[in-house]
Amino acid sequence: MSSTFFTASPHWRWLIVGYFFLGGLAAGSYFLATLMDLFARGRDRRLVDLGYLLAFPLVSVCGLLLTFDLGRPERFWHMLIQSETLRPMIKTYSPMSLGAWALLLFGGCSFLSFLAVLAERGWLSWPVLRRLSAAAPVGRLVTVVGMLLAFYVAGYTGVLLSVTNRPIWADTTFLGLTFLISAASTSAALLALVGSRGEASDAGIEALTRFDATMLILEVLAIGALVASLGPVAAVWLNGWGVLLAVMVVGGIALPLYMRLAGRGGSARALAPALVILGGLLFRAVIIFSSDRLS
Amino acid sequence: MAEPMGFFTDTTVCIGCKACEVACKEWNQLPAANGGIRPLSGDSYDNTRRLDGIHWRHVKFIEQFSADRRQGRWLMMSDVCKHCVRAGCLEVCPTGAIVRTEFDTVVIQADACNGCRDCIGACPFGVIDINPVSGTAQKCTLCYDRLKVGLEPACAKACPTKSINFGPIADLKQMARARLGQLQHAGEGGAYLYGADEAILGGLNSFYLLVDTPEVYGLPPDPKLPSRNLKPSGFWSVLGAVTIALASMISFRNRGSRDV
Repeated sequence: MSSTFFTASPHWRWLIVGYFFLGGLAAGSYFLATLMDLFARGRDRRLVDLGYLLAFPLVSVCGLLLTFDLGRPERFWHMLIQSETLRPMIKTYSPMSLGAWALLLFGGCSFLSFLAVLAERGWLSWPVLRRLSAAAPVGRLVTVVGMLLAFYVAGYTGVLLSVTNRPIWADTTFLGLTFLISAASTSAALLALVGSRGEASDAGIEALTRFDATMLILEVLAIGALVASLGPVAAVWLNGWGVLLAVMVVGGIALPLYMRLAGRGGSARALAPALVILGGLLFRAVIIFSSDRLS
Repeated sequence: MAEPMGFFTDTTVCIGCKACEVACKEWNQLPAANGGIRPLSGDSYDNTRRLDGIHWRHVKFIEQFSADRRQGRWLMMSDVCKHCVRAGCLEVCPTGAIVRTEFDTVVIQADACNGCRDCIGACPFGVIDINPVSGTAQKCTLCYDRLKVGLEPACAKACPTKSINFGPIADLKQMARARLGQLQHAGEGGAYLYGADEAILGGLNSFYLLVDTPEVYGLPPDPKLPSRNLKPSGFWSVLGAVTIALASMISFRNRGSRDV
């Protein structure tokens, strides 16, 4: 029996599932926006803007979820500042410590990018914001640094789970990878879903959907690697949690992929991304709760 | 730094009186659970069930009987924080609330902890949990306040059979080896020390003399540090990020020719 079965659950539940899910969407929307901006060279401007417009509100909710999950929410700042010496609190080998900083800095970048889009759309008219435009050097720097932080935020949550001693979480080293790919697939779906209702070009949505299909295929491979890496511990999923995981793989990955490959239009255009997004939520819930229920 | 101090718990002389549990709760002013109404577990004399934020000592009762109940033995063990020399909780704590003291013990500072609970999942022994009164993670402090004024921990003071021994680690190891030799000489071949050497997490400053496998006592056979997964998990994640960037380059660039 794995030694992880002799440990206690940290009682991370819906608030944390919500954080992992929305944090993935916030980070994914941001890095996808920057990647589209870098590689599509000014085409898909609407989708890029949409990514930045979504990232900041989402990451703000994340901060609230994390704070309310604490046993002492008024001490949230202890993650960043040592309460007695008031020096910065940072531990490079603690994923939660680095994650708190990454989230703060990513929040800052996403706020600046959010303001820049508002300024470009003419909703805010502060001249200083023009420097933040992605075309300006400062704006470019913000989005590239923000993208790197977004990758960190999307992946560290899985690494954090593995850097414990809990069953499932600490019995694999693929959670960071899986969460990262899931962040990419769910955010591509979110951008496609919201973008298709807005003014985004069909070609832009098409490219995003193609990218999402690639991510979904990678996600299946990553989940397969995750299950295989668990070895005998995977037997803990021989119950309702395993069924939910299978539902997630079939309904949240295989079905949307099929819809995409079969070229279904109409209602499937909204249904497929919605399924991908729900699948991302279900996946995180299964990972968190199936371990929580073990002692 | 003072000399490393700790516990040597000789489970073979534990009589399951729970004086240690009571002394611990009294000295550390730990609250009752559920207003003092605790349902009987039905599992031997154990109604504490597990270590948590308000139970820093826990006497385990393990009944081992043959099917016809003609032969049997009762194993009793007073469980506590192991004060690992390489401590998983201390590694992950993001607030710096968990510290190593001058006695080489591991203590959670209640005024710094913000209740994130990372340490609970990181502990290889399931020792830590939230104290609902303080809202912070708590566990045995090895009576840091008593040690500071030259007193021994409350549980060791209360133990009537010297099952819980407190002292400098070097002395305790000597005592443990002598006791192990005595038991083996008397024919108790299954006796061994758990956590007395560096094989387990660099050594446990609260180590045990056991007569059955660790699993029987609810102890992990091969406890590890959470940080073992840090580098491989980080590596796969970086690989994932690079893959996403490459895939996006292909997806968002290729269509350029078709997008006129």
